[in-house]
Amino acid sequence: MTFEITVNGAVERLPARPATVGDLVRALNLTGKRIAIERNGEIVPKGRYDETVVGPNDRFEIVAAVGGG
Amino acid sequence: MNAPADPATLADPLVIAGNPYCSRLLVGTGKYRDFSQTREAIVASGAQIVTVAIRRTNLGQDANAPSLLDTLPPSEFTYLPNSAGCYTADDAVRTLKLARELLDGHALTKLEVLGDANTLFPNVRETLKAAERLVADGFQVMVYTSDDPIIARELEQIGCVAIMPLASLIGSGMGILNPWNLRLIIEQAKVPVLVDAGVGTASDAAIAMELGCAGVLMNTAIALAQDPVRMARAMRLAVEAGRDAFLAGRMPRKLYAASPSSPTSGLIS
Repeated sequence: MTFEITVNGAVERLPARPATVGDLVRALNLTGKRIAIERNGEIVPKGRYDETVVGPNDRFEIVAAVGGG
Repeated sequence: MNAPADPATLADPLVIAGNPYCSRLLVGTGKYRDFSQTREAIVASGAQIVTVAIRRTNLGQDANAPSLLDTLPPSEFTYLPNSAGCYTADDAVRTLKLARELLDGHALTKLEVLGDANTLFPNVRETLKAAERLVADGFQVMVYTSDDPIIARELEQIGCVAIMPLASLIGSGMGILNPWNLRLIIEQAKVPVLVDAGVGTASDAAIAMELGCAGVLMNTAIALAQDPVRMARAMRLAVEAGRDAFLAGRMPRKLYAASPSSPTSGLIS
């Protein structure tokens, strides 16, 4: 069984369903990375990853700072 | 470490939203060969404020791969996240809110809303809408706009902390195409006016500063020079020279009344 979740417009397959946004961050190997996360268009503040529950049809955007002018 | 600032630049800081900066050159972080060249050029530029873009993170990439923030630590540089690539006020506001979350509440931001994919000309209607929403939400907005003095004034009235008209198209390197409009914008503004976009080489930066710009923001002119590190240094010197020339006040232009610099008497005969 794998769990499908939409991240950055694409379907990601995870070994199991992440209970929280914190679990999702760990499953995607993004722990400790400078990122910001939107869940269904709403920002999830950094301090609330572990208390924000992941729903079955949630869509996530995960962004980072890159070179730009 | 940044290049040491000389006393003249310390005594004449660029003040944005109440914060003083010794360097009047702001630089982008895009288009470099690699992070090492990015850092070397930006250190040579002496810039303290660096722009960054916000993009979807690469999933599945090596968790230990270096990031831009490792290369240019926020402890050492002031980050200016931008909304580059956004074509609507909604997208720009959304992007900059993500940037603020990413940078732990950092409010200083560069608003840019584009109107055309070929020219990257700004969409000023969407820019005005986004500026209103961002200012109301507590952002300190440095705004990229056209060189229209009326729009510039409206953006200032909304509460933007810096007005940043283009000198010519983004990434074009065409230089200062309409110095007269820039002068009008500078003369009426009570917030800093920075040329953002279009600078191609050091003389363009000096001209912008001689016009009275408070600073210059550039990326491509440095990153796509044959030797970006050397060009970064050239830009630092040009911005400082242009600022000094502006403060010194140039001599008046005289078309015909030539005035020799050497004595007119005592010539041998």
